[in-house]
Amino acid sequence: MTQASFDMTNALSSVPGAMSTMPTSSAKPVMQLEGVSVFYGSYEAVRGTTMPVREQQITAMIGPSGCGKSTILRSLNRMNDLIPGARIGGKITFHGQDLYAPDVDPIQVRRRIGMVFQKPNPFPKSIYENVAYGLRINGIKDNMDDRVEKALRDGALWDEVKDKLKSSGLALSGGQQQRLCIARAIAVQPDVILMDEPCSALDPIATGKIEDLMHELARTYTIVIVTHNMQQAARVSHYTAFFTAEVDEQQVRHGRLIEFNDTGRIFTNPTDKRTEDYITGRFG
Amino acid sequence: MTTQSSTLTQKDRGRITDRAFWLLCIAAGITVLVILAAILVSTLQQSWPAMSKAGENGFFTSKLWDPNIGKFGILPFVFGTLVTSLIAVALAVPVSIGIALFLTELAPRRIKGSIVTLIDLLAAVPSVVFGLWGIYVLAPAMTPVYKWLHDTLGGIPVLGALFGEVSALNFMTAGLVLAIMIVPIITSITREVFDTVPDSDKQAAWALGATRWEMIKGAVFPHSFGGLVGGVMLGLGRAMGETIAVALLIGNSIQITANLFAPGTSIPAAIVNYFGEAGGDYTSALIGMGVVLFVVTVIVNLLAQAIVRRAEIRMRGAKA
Amino acid sequence: MTAVTPNELSARPALDLTRRQLSVRRRAIDLISKVLMCVALLIAVVPLVLVIFYVIQKGAGLISMEFLTGDITSPRRAGGGMGPAVVGTLLITGAASVMSIPLGVLGAVYLNEYGKSNALARFIRMMADVMTGVPSIVMALFIYIAVVLTTKEKSGLAAAIALAALMLPVVLRSSEEMLKLVPDELRQASAALGARRWKTTVSVVLPAAISGITSGIMLAIARAAGETTPIVVCAGVASTISWNLGEMQTALPAQIFLNASSPFTPAVERAWGAALTLMVIVLVFTIIARLIASRFAIKNR
Repeated sequence: MTQASFDMTNALSSVPGAMSTMPTSSAKPVMQLEGVSVFYGSYEAVRGTTMPVREQQITAMIGPSGCGKSTILRSLNRMNDLIPGARIGGKITFHGQDLYAPDVDPIQVRRRIGMVFQKPNPFPKSIYENVAYGLRINGIKDNMDDRVEKALRDGALWDEVKDKLKSSGLALSGGQQQRLCIARAIAVQPDVILMDEPCSALDPIATGKIEDLMHELARTYTIVIVTHNMQQAARVSHYTAFFTAEVDEQQVRHGRLIEFNDTGRIFTNPTDKRTEDYITGRFG
Repeated sequence: MTTQSSTLTQKDRGRITDRAFWLLCIAAGITVLVILAAILVSTLQQSWPAMSKAGENGFFTSKLWDPNIGKFGILPFVFGTLVTSLIAVALAVPVSIGIALFLTELAPRRIKGSIVTLIDLLAAVPSVVFGLWGIYVLAPAMTPVYKWLHDTLGGIPVLGALFGEVSALNFMTAGLVLAIMIVPIITSITREVFDTVPDSDKQAAWALGATRWEMIKGAVFPHSFGGLVGGVMLGLGRAMGETIAVALLIGNSIQITANLFAPGTSIPAAIVNYFGEAGGDYTSALIGMGVVLFVVTVIVNLLAQAIVRRAEIRMRGAKA
Repeated sequence: MTAVTPNELSARPALDLTRRQLSVRRRAIDLISKVLMCVALLIAVVPLVLVIFYVIQKGAGLISMEFLTGDITSPRRAGGGMGPAVVGTLLITGAASVMSIPLGVLGAVYLNEYGKSNALARFIRMMADVMTGVPSIVMALFIYIAVVLTTKEKSGLAAAIALAALMLPVVLRSSEEMLKLVPDELRQASAALGARRWKTTVSVVLPAAISGITSGIMLAIARAAGETTPIVVCAGVASTISWNLGEMQTALPAQIFLNASSPFTPAVERAWGAALTLMVIVLVFTIIARLIASRFAIKNR
């Protein structure tokens, strides 16, 4: 944040569409984190995270860099498995099942919990093939054209690309590439979409489009978004988790979840002083 | 006053040394160009007597090679060179890609280093040792396999011609040993190419629920095609120029035949085998074959480099 | 936005996240691909192991002081040695190194410290890569024409020049890669102290890159020691030890080549003995190169 402080209540009311959907507290948790820690070798990067991820709601994870928000996000679909030496403590459940149970296959987890990355990363293939990739690997062959079209429509990209489906995904603008990546993720119809700072590489207009798209997607999907942009969290999310980094007795830095609540509550009336300091820009 | 002039001369001396050192370095660099140019000029000049009479001796067009009657058709040698190196590339490419994938996508970091060392050791074995091993170990061991292939596949029309009567030394064994010899170079280039695939692309595939193989197919291969082609061509160039192992294993029979189990010859093998006994136009014709080989390998290498470089540039563009 | 359709793909009786959910086909293909990768590795390693095994098995019995130093006898008779070839290999490879290393390293200094990406440097770089691909038989022919035809006789020196020409581009390019790794701060620090370009290069840049350069040179020497064609074409024949490079020489690779195709058993046996001797020389240089390189890599970190 560049401002020394700003009034979040005003910010919220001045952003069109913000808080258009109030959080549905009755929404049942799709995922539940219980005392989740992430280790790299013997280093505990994040410790003791407990929070729910509620169905068809947008949950934002905010906090300063190095607070472990991305690390936690990547543990939700077992992307951390790909880093040698990474493991988790505690428990993450998905529809009540332990995601890290020995017989759980990470491939099945990722198929149901998709991910959109910080930097748009379409494959060096055509737009069509980018979207079709996930369907093909899952053995879906029928109505391919319809499925691709639907995913692109749901990704709010169809009108811009319907005449050039055969051209390379890399030829699109950054914002379009990111929407292509979202379309690619939703083509396989996951339950949950994880977004790791999806707008940090985009300009404000492209960012706006993606934020609008997230509201639409939340009707069908559960979304978890990591963002370093507090206004974005305030604009799009129903729930917000605030993380920060703390130094323990042994002078080792760990990421920690400080506060989890309705987004409105976090930004207007946080219970923890550290949250208050961070969102008002008095941090650091 | 005196000190000033002495520092001046010191400065001058420094400048002169600097200049001399630069000259020395640039001269060393230019040696490469001089040698290459000298190769082309001197070999062309020496081979001119044979090549200029291509009309009479059939240099480029005939398959008749008989120095006694002044016929120097190089086609059988060109044929043998192509057949053995194509066999080598066809066998080495899948193996090299497999090893490169193993190293980049499968191997735990601990064992990566030792595997790279093993492949380096394979590259370090002198070709003459491969040749010796080929004659006395591999060729006898392969003969029953060839015989079996001949018995089972030899009867098929058209395709059966490839699996004819089996000789002790033949195109196939030469190609096989060449394949072993070019695996390290193709592996090392393929590995470099795979290593440049952006991690973000692999992550995208993983996040869609891809298996390892689907990730490789979706994220690694599309990025690597150009580089792979370049690596394969470098391997082809290496295989075409390899002399000693082929000279020992190909059987040295001047013929063109579809039978992969028949003995044949190749350009480098012919040069090294006949050079001692040759003279006059005969020597000139052998050097002429060297020129052909030189030109072809240079073209293959330049193409390979261009392809690899273009692939690298495109990759960097994609990443930006 | 189209109307929301039921989530058909994830419509499921009970959520199953286990591997059973993965179709048999996908599971099989993934497994097969992994197996094939391991098989590919095996296919490459097996010949290496077999070559080393047979060279030791068939060659070890011959190795003795007499074999390493004795004169070469008739292919019909047992006994005798490889002395002239051992001496020839050391002399010829040594002379080739003396010629190619200064040229290669200085050329690399030009490419990385002076030329960088100007047209001449780019051209030299490209041509050096082309030269790496020039078959050794072509290089041997060229030196035959340029040296042997001029001096009217084959000699160890001619073969050494051919080997040097084969080594040059390898030394050049590997040294350049190592010079590239030297951080610019070192050059700037030296320049800031008032050192001239050549002084900086000789006293700062080259020492910083020396282990990497040495490692590349060792590999080039190992490769050159195993080269056969330049010896066969340019060095001539010799059956007694000669320390004079101006005379005809022989070397281990040439002896292996000549004896391998000999119809006489004693000669073939000596080919295996020579192969073992050559492999040891080549592997020693290769291993030294790797040791230096790995130490360099650690220091770099």
